[in-house]
Amino acid sequence: MTVLVGPNTRVVVQGATGREGSFHLQRMLEYGTKVVAGVTPGKGGTTVHGVPVYDTVEEAVRKHGANATVIFVPARFATEALLEAVDAGVELAVVITEHIPVHDALRAINYARARGVTVIGPNCPGVVAPPVRTKLGIMPNSIYQTPGRVAVVSRSGTLTYEISYQLVRAGFGINIAIGVGGDPIVGLDLMEATLKVAEDPDVEGIVVIGEVGGDAEERLAKLYAEGAINKPIVAYVAGRTAPPGKRMGHAGAIVMLGSGDAKGKIEAFKAAGIPVAETPFEVPQLLKKLLKKA
Amino acid sequence: MKLHEYEAKELFSKYGVKIPPGRLALTPEEAAKAAQEIGPPVVLKAQVVVAGRGKAGGIKVANSVEEAYELSKKMFGMNIKGLVVKKLYVTKYVEVEKEMYVSLIIDRATRKYLFLASPVGGVDIEEIAKTTPEKIKRVYVDPFAGMRDYHVRSVVSWLGFKQGTPQWQQAASIVQAMYKIAVDYDAELVESNPLALTKEGDVVPLDARVIVDDNALFKHPELEKALEEDPRDVTEFEAYAKKIGFHYVELDGDIGIIGNGAGLTMSTMDLVYHFGGRPANFLDIGGGASRDVVKEAVKVLLNHPRVKVIFINIFGGITRADEVALGVKDALQESKTSKRIVVRMKGTNEELGKAILAEVGVPLFESAEEAAQKAVELARL
Repeated sequence: MTVLVGPNTRVVVQGATGREGSFHLQRMLEYGTKVVAGVTPGKGGTTVHGVPVYDTVEEAVRKHGANATVIFVPARFATEALLEAVDAGVELAVVITEHIPVHDALRAINYARARGVTVIGPNCPGVVAPPVRTKLGIMPNSIYQTPGRVAVVSRSGTLTYEISYQLVRAGFGINIAIGVGGDPIVGLDLMEATLKVAEDPDVEGIVVIGEVGGDAEERLAKLYAEGAINKPIVAYVAGRTAPPGKRMGHAGAIVMLGSGDAKGKIEAFKAAGIPVAETPFEVPQLLKKLLKKA
Repeated sequence: MKLHEYEAKELFSKYGVKIPPGRLALTPEEAAKAAQEIGPPVVLKAQVVVAGRGKAGGIKVANSVEEAYELSKKMFGMNIKGLVVKKLYVTKYVEVEKEMYVSLIIDRATRKYLFLASPVGGVDIEEIAKTTPEKIKRVYVDPFAGMRDYHVRSVVSWLGFKQGTPQWQQAASIVQAMYKIAVDYDAELVESNPLALTKEGDVVPLDARVIVDDNALFKHPELEKALEEDPRDVTEFEAYAKKIGFHYVELDGDIGIIGNGAGLTMSTMDLVYHFGGRPANFLDIGGGASRDVVKEAVKVLLNHPRVKVIFINIFGGITRADEVALGVKDALQESKTSKRIVVRMKGTNEELGKAILAEVGVPLFESAEEAAQKAVELARL
């Protein structure tokens, strides 16, 4: 099995007719995702790559039984798109959009969570699950061709691809990869996403990719030390050389008010008994060692 | 966007908070005139958006108009943590009875607004957290319920005020103003440190810090304009990068870094450091960068005086390796300066990209580790 997505995941793409939306809608179809509808206000009645487009999410849900959405809507309208999807009754919303104002995200994500909707993102690459050939996101299909038992949970995009690629090259298969998003406020955070994948009996080992900013890594380390997760974890943390007070590309990647630096995260992981790779290329080696022991 | 103290105080004042009289000065003459109008003693405060300017000599007390003139002459042009002092805020010197700390942030873990309050203030919250963590009170505010009286009571009582006193009222109105500023101005941080009880018995924010979410600036055109007129902590390179469409952060080494994606770019910096080199910058071309964006990015580093070697690490997804290679080629052809470049590229259209770079003689590496080691070696030559 896989968590979050499965054979019954029926996807609507919001912002389906935009440049990014239509490009990735096609890639998702190619991967095997059941994309059942697109939504672009004003473009209802048209199709994109053979998928019917509607004006509202409600219509897409009613006519096609969509239960998940991937949002490519520009930042100014993305919060509204998320609220609309929640009200239409989806269970999972993946928000790809970057640059959403954080106060707006704060309200919309609280709204969604209060209604039991799982939000991935914003500012994320999405979720991909090779065993069920389902991708809600923008990861390159070519990397996720080998199903297996490793889960990758990450705050980064490209680094997720890099490390997934290294894992596959080293002979591992991927069960699921979740990019939780680079913004300060995200739906499912790194700690929660790790707990989620740990529930899956098919997951044998977990790779956690953290970066500077916030304290999700520290909270995860604490849970692990307390015994809440009984699966082997290997961690990597980007930004050892990031200066304090500067935003490193992602809105959430900032060392602020003295907290969130890479050193503290690495120390927290190590203290909890989670090995931390020095470089991305060391991740598969550490995982092999750990799984041999288990 | 980090607001200057004077801008932050204007916001506090707009929301009804009493602020000690102050004027902005751009020259020693204006500083003297401000001191005259306010009446000495006055405090001269360098308007640079870094914490800890007091320790760095950016805050001085002047007991006369002449002294304000002389001191300000020395302060203008001063370099504080890499920022040049161009503006001074001249404010009335206030005798302080007690210094406290209050700030409002968005808490990632609970996804709520979070007040941090301490009856001891005047030093960084980092310092308070280290020396007297038991003094810090956390009050969480749900974004839907909004800030209520009981939140205000929690914060103000913790600071040590008694309900029913005029000081209580003043402190409460400051706390309420801070919440409104955060919500109305999309602020990531609203801080009053120190929040002071004066000898005269008033509660006033002696210093104020506000950081506005860059992603929300489109809602606040007046702030966008202020940032354009005064880029503050944004360096020339950083401003240029933003205009072209990539992320740039200045560091202090000599190996220029280009990557796609924030995590991969940071990881590339770390890799260089791991092998004993020093990254000169963080430059993330983002996802799906065009040939032109890459060209401009490479040119920035070619023209950067400190950069000896450029290390480009690309993992193509939406970003196409051939597009990156063409950008590198264009930059090399257009630029007069030449520097050693090492490239590692993987992913979408990798073979096409490699062929283009081989043509212009740029060395390619299969692994990022090898490339990083080579970059470090070249920087030592």
